[in-house]
Amino acid sequence: MTSELDIFVGNTTLIDEDVYRLWLDGYSVSDAVALRVRSGILEQTGATAAVLQSDTMDHYRTFHMLERLLHAPPKLLHQLIFQIPPSRQALLIERWGYYAFDEAFVREVLGKKLSKGTKKDLDDISTKTGITLKSCRRQFDNFKRVFKVVEEMRGSLVDNIQQHFLLSDRLARDYAAIVFFANNRFETGKKKLQYLSFGDFAFCAELMIQNWTLGAVDSQVDDMDVDLDKEFLQDLKELKMLVADKDLLDLHKSLVCTALRGKLGVFSEMEANFKNLSRGLVNVAAKLTHNKDVRDLFVDLVEKFVEPCRSDHWPLNDVRLFLNQYSASVHSLDGFRHQALWDRYMGTLRGCLLRLYHD
Amino acid sequence: MPGKLKVKIVAGRHLPVMDRASDLTDAFVEVKFGNTTFKTDVYLKSLNPQWNSEWFKFEVDDEDLQDEPLQITVLDHDTYSANDAIGKVYIDIDPLLYSEAATVISGWFPIYDTIHGIRGEINVVVKVDLFNDLNRFRQSSCGVKFFCTTSIPKCYRAVIIHGFVEELVVNEDPEYQWIDRIRTPRASNEARQRLISLMSGELQRKIGLKVLEMRGNAVVGYLQCFDLEGESGLVVRAIGTACTLDKLSSPAAFLPACNSPSKEMKEIPFNEDPNPNTHSSGPSTPLKNQTYSFSPSKSYSRQSSSSDTDLSLTPKTAPYLQGPRIYLCPSSPSLSCGSLHLKKSCLLLSESSLPPHPSSPVSPVLRKSVSFSEELFLAASGMGSGSAGKEGGPFKALLRQQTQSALEQREFPFFTLTAFPPGFLVHVGGVVSARSVKLLDRIHNPDEPETRDAWWAEIRQEIKSHAKALGCHAVVGYSESTSICEEVCILSASGTAAVLNPRFLQDGTVEGCLEQRLEENLPAGCGFCHIPYDELNMPFPAHLTYCYNCRKQKVPDVLFTTIDLPIDATVIGKGCLIQARLCRLKKKAQAEANATAISNLLPFMEYEVHTQLMNKLKLKGMNALFGLRIQITVGENMLMGLASATGVYLAALPTPGGIQIAGKTPNDGSYEQHISHMQKKINDTIAKNKELYEINPPEVSEEIIGSPIPEPRQRSRLLRSQSESSDEVTELDLSHGKKDAFVLEIDDTDAMEDVHSLLTDVPPPSGFYSCNTEIMPGINNWTSEIQMFTSVRVIRLSSLNLTNQALNKNFNDLCENLLKSLYFKLRSMIPCCLCHVNFTVSLPEDELIQVTVTAVAITFDKNQALQTTKTHVEKSLQRASTDNEELLQFPLELCSDSLPSHPFPPAKEHLESASSNSGIPAAQRATSVDYSSFADRCSSWIELIKLKAQTIRRGSIKTTVTVEKASPMGEGNFRNRSAPPCANSTVGVVKMTPLSFIPGAKITKYLGIINMFFIRETTSLREEGGVSGFLHAFIAEVFAMVRAHVAALGGNAVVSYIMKQCVFMENPNKNQAQCLINVSGDAVVFVRESELEVVSTQQPTANCQPSCTGGEVTT
Repeated sequence: MTSELDIFVGNTTLIDEDVYRLWLDGYSVSDAVALRVRSGILEQTGATAAVLQSDTMDHYRTFHMLERLLHAPPKLLHQLIFQIPPSRQALLIERWGYYAFDEAFVREVLGKKLSKGTKKDLDDISTKTGITLKSCRRQFDNFKRVFKVVEEMRGSLVDNIQQHFLLSDRLARDYAAIVFFANNRFETGKKKLQYLSFGDFAFCAELMIQNWTLGAVDSQVDDMDVDLDKEFLQDLKELKMLVADKDLLDLHKSLVCTALRGKLGVFSEMEANFKNLSRGLVNVAAKLTHNKDVRDLFVDLVEKFVEPCRSDHWPLNDVRLFLNQYSASVHSLDGFRHQALWDRYMGTLRGCLLRLYHD
Repeated sequence: MPGKLKVKIVAGRHLPVMDRASDLTDAFVEVKFGNTTFKTDVYLKSLNPQWNSEWFKFEVDDEDLQDEPLQITVLDHDTYSANDAIGKVYIDIDPLLYSEAATVISGWFPIYDTIHGIRGEINVVVKVDLFNDLNRFRQSSCGVKFFCTTSIPKCYRAVIIHGFVEELVVNEDPEYQWIDRIRTPRASNEARQRLISLMSGELQRKIGLKVLEMRGNAVVGYLQCFDLEGESGLVVRAIGTACTLDKLSSPAAFLPACNSPSKEMKEIPFNEDPNPNTHSSGPSTPLKNQTYSFSPSKSYSRQSSSSDTDLSLTPKTAPYLQGPRIYLCPSSPSLSCGSLHLKKSCLLLSESSLPPHPSSPVSPVLRKSVSFSEELFLAASGMGSGSAGKEGGPFKALLRQQTQSALEQREFPFFTLTAFPPGFLVHVGGVVSARSVKLLDRIHNPDEPETRDAWWAEIRQEIKSHAKALGCHAVVGYSESTSICEEVCILSASGTAAVLNPRFLQDGTVEGCLEQRLEENLPAGCGFCHIPYDELNMPFPAHLTYCYNCRKQKVPDVLFTTIDLPIDATVIGKGCLIQARLCRLKKKAQAEANATAISNLLPFMEYEVHTQLMNKLKLKGMNALFGLRIQITVGENMLMGLASATGVYLAALPTPGGIQIAGKTPNDGSYEQHISHMQKKINDTIAKNKELYEINPPEVSEEIIGSPIPEPRQRSRLLRSQSESSDEVTELDLSHGKKDAFVLEIDDTDAMEDVHSLLTDVPPPSGFYSCNTEIMPGINNWTSEIQMFTSVRVIRLSSLNLTNQALNKNFNDLCENLLKSLYFKLRSMIPCCLCHVNFTVSLPEDELIQVTVTAVAITFDKNQALQTTKTHVEKSLQRASTDNEELLQFPLELCSDSLPSHPFPPAKEHLESASSNSGIPAAQRATSVDYSSFADRCSSWIELIKLKAQTIRRGSIKTTVTVEKASPMGEGNFRNRSAPPCANSTVGVVKMTPLSFIPGAKITKYLGIINMFFIRETTSLREEGGVSGFLHAFIAEVFAMVRAHVAALGGNAVVSYIMKQCVFMENPNKNQAQCLINVSGDAVVFVRESELEVVSTQQPTANCQPSCTGGEVTT
């Protein structure tokens, strides 16, 4: 006796949270059954393995059919085929996590081009992170799908994502960061960046979207939140005089040192390193005209600022004090005319650096 | 020109991409009704087109309005080649044709394609202007309301219940026309869908005409079925019950219903007829009574008359008439074996006497007429023996004559209803059924479907005469079905023979004081159990006792019915789903030989199904079956029988005896030991079941014996306190100890198998109950969560082990596993009850068995229930019983190896006494199970009296309840308080349920009947997830389309939903599959009680009165 066909269709679509998670995690039916058996469900319910197998198959089939709709969540709301109470729909998309992703996975693909090439590398990522290949594919495809939909859209990136994928604000911000990184191809995979979490990058992405993109100046252009403001990046060259002009540099240093004397635990180190640090920060800005250098932004920041400070054991608070003073003192430099530009650059960078500065 | 149909196409959404190049679609819509077609503009390059069309107007006859569906086709415009169809929507506009239903159809409909499934949605608005034409009821029957619900719909009142209406139409099946060879599968499917839609429209119209002729205005219990006869054509047939319904005035409709569905039914104020005005209908002599009494010679064939009388295929002298025949009696477990001779005479008799009333054998009838007059009065009055009955007697007799004459004017006094207004059902005789095997031939003239009509007429006649034999003038809970395999077709009909109250059958003339006075005297909750037939001249050997409730009338020991449990029935404990499952192999054969083989097998199958049902009922410690449905399915090489029913313990019937096992040859000690071991298991199971289902019939207290029987009312009050004290100790062993004589003789493997299957049926896990009736007896505090579902399983049998036994085991496992899966899937709803569990078996291919289950899971509030403490016990029981089962496996196997030896000596005694009691010659005891009697019961006379005392107490509670609910004051109060319902908060959710009610809600409006037929086909089965993926998607789509239609009618639920057909065919080698599904139900608007309660000041705690049913109205 073999079961040829075995289905269960409810007027209200039955969704078992546990099975859904197993499915999202990419387990095959037999693995999922094994895992469920291990969870002790048979003892709790008095069911047999065959019942569990049938139940799991059924759920997987339902999820498979739902997946098409989950790709465009607003469709899930309007579709008529599956009657799912609204509260449940939200769970499917977000809290139970079709659009949830693994931190470990996102760190691997963050800033990479969401292309077929990357998709081929998913095998390796799967092996490296211990996340099933299926799950990796789902997460990757989610990134790609969101990217494709919002890439060319006007308006706020986060709003667009929220509207088209019905995600919570929090998750939409994360996706915005992913899209932003993918679009600008920021390098995040270098060894010296390994200590950074997705949260660190997402934080930086948000600041950069708010201040450095086209949308920051004009909210009526395409791609407004995804692309960096090219003009702004060009202008950043002007900042070079802060380090090129020796007098300006000395003046800047003395202003900062006067203000911070006695306030910093690492004052002497700061004083000794000021010119190097300042050169590093300004040069990063000046280089952003080249795409290649834009990609290396985080590498540069870590190399030029985070690492030197860390090697001198600056406490975070000292870094904060220094950066505040460093940005503010420029306003007192009479010979420097690009105050607004400096603020737009340094305001964001200061936030980023503080976030990046940890072990 | 009596009608104008107006259609507007608003918009589309989620359309499929039809143009690969642009990833877009240029969609337009064709709207077709009859032969007229309109088109919208092409909406270029969009998947969400906004057509916003003008109103397309069709001026049509109302006849067409009834027959034709509105056909909407969405297409993709293509400049250079033919336009591609995206899909279609068929809209049945019938609901717009009667005034009280929907006024507009407006909403999003899934666009359906038979190859691709649902492809986007379309927003459509449909209206109908009916012109006031006085002659409009000539060919059409607009205005007649149709209900699938098999009870009087909730917001209506039955003025008259006219009776049976039936019709059938036939046509050629487009799938088998020559043109099918050259057209695409899509075209063929669509032709079929359209044809069936047309045919059901026509059928409904014709039935409507018949209703109008009867002066009715509605059809209740409308059941429409398709017979796909293949080459020979396509039959659409329908049966129903014509009624005159009155809409309850709206305040009444907004009466807050209580949690219990039974309450809702009671609320219909049937007793409020203003004209209590009595006169008899025509001169009817007492002699008339004789005419409807049975002819004894017919009495042998009842439940299983497998139509040996079949006209079309078998010569009367066919050899299969040889050998002992078994005939089952409907309401009793007795079995009689007729000799060939007897059988033949009986056959001849029934043939000769079919049309007239069988009155040929003179002496029995004479004898009856002598004894009858009084007996009959008693039976009619329903209130018991001797003195008490006499005062009501003459009135009753009069009524009976009226009823009878009223019913006899009708060709078939059948009712498709399964639940009735209070007082409608007087007595229930038992199940009557008839089957007939026919060979299909091509229907030559579709306009005159005489053969099919004749076939059904024949079967109905048989049913009618069976009912007569049971002393009943009507059949309720009546249904018909077919099973077709190649050119063989089994027609089946079954129902419950009953005596009805004439009040609802006639034109408001017989009503009022007389009736009401009599009703007051009716013993509550047991009247329907009293036998309608003559005790001295029983149609079958059955053991009668005095009713345990009223102690005045005779009742049978077991009652089988096809109806729902009457709401006023007194039940002890809870009910449960009982199934009998059976397979029989049959040789493959052609045409007549095949039909003969099937006819030969049928009686045996019926017998065994019956045996199983009886055994399982006993094992559950119950004594009555409701909602019995026996399905016999024919396949190429086997027959399957599946009987489902809900077992209950009726307080009015005697305590069922246990089951005794007996071996055959008394010489082997170990065997004997084994048998006693097994006996113990059975006894344990019975005891456990009794606890599980809370069946603790009151034990008898000594004091009552000998004390004069007090007047009913007083007695009930008097006894309440006493009986409660006697509740505590229930010695379960008593009930299946020495006194019962239900003997199961295990002398062969068949019987072993029986016993085995008895004990392998696992009860549902704790927190679950199941039944196949509307209401689960013993649960009345439903909460609002419901989940309707359909589950389908197909298994492939390995052709190697095809023995009857292996088959049975496979089939049994299939059903049991299916149930287990359901319990597991729905575990989050615990505590809940699976209601209206409906199993359908089909045999699509040689080695395939398909089982389809539709049911609804309803949660209930455990805390409100009386059995809060019980659950723990149940849990432990659960475990115990599974242990038990495991233990049992071993001895059973052991037994089948050992030679039959010692019988169980005491059991043998029972057996003998049993056979002598029932008068069956010992020589005929060839079969392993003997039902025929329950000897020794008389010895427990004292206990009987004790039991009666207890059941009367229950009856008294019921009486108080009735008083409460009938109080007009309570209603009046609510009328003032109720306000119009607020908008439903959960927009868009459409509930579906096979029940006629929605727990926790009040149905305020019926919008019309939903009757839909879909075909789905695929040529890429693997890509769609195999057979499971294909069917899963299709059923989900069918649900979606039903919901969309209901929502468009303005409704938020479908009640009395039924999936009448699910025909699935696959050809995995060709990567193809096809499925046909037919569903129906009533679209309704319901309002949550909580929304109603907001306005009422009533305390919710008031519900917990003596019985929940009564609480609501008390203020």
